[in-house]
Amino acid sequence: MSRDEMMDLQGKRLHKLVELVYHHVPFYREKLQAMDISPDDIHTIEDIVKLPFTTKQDLRDNYPVGLQAAAQSEIVRIHASSGTTGNPTIVGYTAKDIEIWKEVAARCLTAYGVTRNDIFSVGYGYGLFTGGLGVHNGVEYVGASVVPTSTGNTEKHLRLLRDLKITGIACTPSYALYLAEALEKSGMTKDDISLRVGAFGAEPWTENMRKEIESRLGLQAYNIYGLSEIMGPGVSYECEYKNGSHICEDHFYPEILDPETLEPLGRGKTGELVFTTLTKTGMPLLRYRTKDLTSLMEDDCPCGRTSVRMTRIIGRSDDMLIIRGINVFPSQVESVILDMPEFEPRYMLVVDRVANLDTLQVQVEVRKDYFSDEIGSMLQLKKKLADRLKSILSISADVKLMEPNSIPRSEGKSVRIVDKRRLD
Amino acid sequence: MITRQISIFLENKRGRINDVTKVLAANNINMEAFCIAETSDFGLMRLIVSEVDRTVEVLRKADFAVIVTDVVSLRCKNVPGALSSVLETLAAKDIFIEYMYAFSRQETADVIIKPNDLAACVKILSEINPDNR
Repeated sequence: MSRDEMMDLQGKRLHKLVELVYHHVPFYREKLQAMDISPDDIHTIEDIVKLPFTTKQDLRDNYPVGLQAAAQSEIVRIHASSGTTGNPTIVGYTAKDIEIWKEVAARCLTAYGVTRNDIFSVGYGYGLFTGGLGVHNGVEYVGASVVPTSTGNTEKHLRLLRDLKITGIACTPSYALYLAEALEKSGMTKDDISLRVGAFGAEPWTENMRKEIESRLGLQAYNIYGLSEIMGPGVSYECEYKNGSHICEDHFYPEILDPETLEPLGRGKTGELVFTTLTKTGMPLLRYRTKDLTSLMEDDCPCGRTSVRMTRIIGRSDDMLIIRGINVFPSQVESVILDMPEFEPRYMLVVDRVANLDTLQVQVEVRKDYFSDEIGSMLQLKKKLADRLKSILSISADVKLMEPNSIPRSEGKSVRIVDKRRLD
Repeated sequence: MITRQISIFLENKRGRINDVTKVLAANNINMEAFCIAETSDFGLMRLIVSEVDRTVEVLRKADFAVIVTDVVSLRCKNVPGALSSVLETLAAKDIFIEYMYAFSRQETADVIIKPNDLAACVKILSEINPDNR
């Protein structure tokens, strides 16, 4: 589909969507009326900038089903996200939503090369979480055999992988590594199993993790992205070129915003990812702020798909620091550190203000195998990290090499930032 | 004459060197020689001890970053010019010294040398002084 045809389709769908929420969701009607916007003002996809945003807080405030557009009798499935703080997020799906979800999940699997000849294990949790059932339906839609392994029983999972000659798997990347470890511990190797394709998502991961998963499980590892508020797994996916994730933009329209000013950012700029559900009828959302940080790529992909792609998620916008006027996300620092085997996957950021100038110190622990008796190579290691940080952050950071175990282990929400700036 | 040296990575923090010596004392380990190299935010403490493996074990148990490096230990006469003649030979044979430190007794001085090429350095030294331990 050409860009013009896609934009035309998106514009038509956006108009219908605004009509739907205007007439069926009081929350949106009030917002649109306050902004003096009616569905007739929205005709092209470019008109989207006139529309209000939706936040996670809006979903909580309208708990449980205040943002639902469909009558309860039309809802065929309800998922809920784990609310660690406050109300959980309830998402109701109509039969049409479930059909679309199946189809987009199948698009992902097809891009990974899954066919009806595959046997596919879904190692995401089944239940209120969208991961398990979302991928499950996609696998069935492709026509492959689905094995609903779910989470928890690693021993049985390994046995099934081996005995059923399972060829595909979906799970979190960290579970994939755990599985690889368990495989090796059990005395088997990747040659004892037949995996060839893996779909990994639901948490941030790195290129190094990809390489590790691929070599230890003997498969091709692809990213799958989704979030329950928008649909679930199937919002975007990598193709065989593994160069950004293709967004199913005929259903989920992406925008990138500056998380501070909420102004749209140009293509290629990193900011907060915002989605509008163009075709959803259960709980459609206008410009939902995902808080995920990424950038969009519109250049041609060698695979031939013309859809816009998103880069790897580099973190969450709510952790943002402003240092010397530059937006800095701890996750950017994290991604650099996670990609360097020389350092432990832990860090501490210390922000201070010295002589009216903000300073950023990044404290890291060097891994045992990379310590050197030579001052020169230790300083080189320090410089290597400082250079990479500078190229990612656009400000220079002072790297401080720390002794082993001097930085607290990440357990849940550990404090990774110390902001000593006092503004008086 | 090859000896194993222990290097410990230390943050520049008050009392940190004493943390090392306390662990050594508690485990009844005696240092034969040591030196400290420092940068603006960390230092390396290099030690020569008699029981290398046990020392590494107790230091690692105390969460220190410890590595063991092979270095050259050279015994020469504790007289003016003794070291100079050795270094001249090494330089003439293209051996580069990354760092060195020394400790002297009554009659002799022990010099610890970290050369860029350990094997070549040892060979040259054994040629000029076969009695070197």
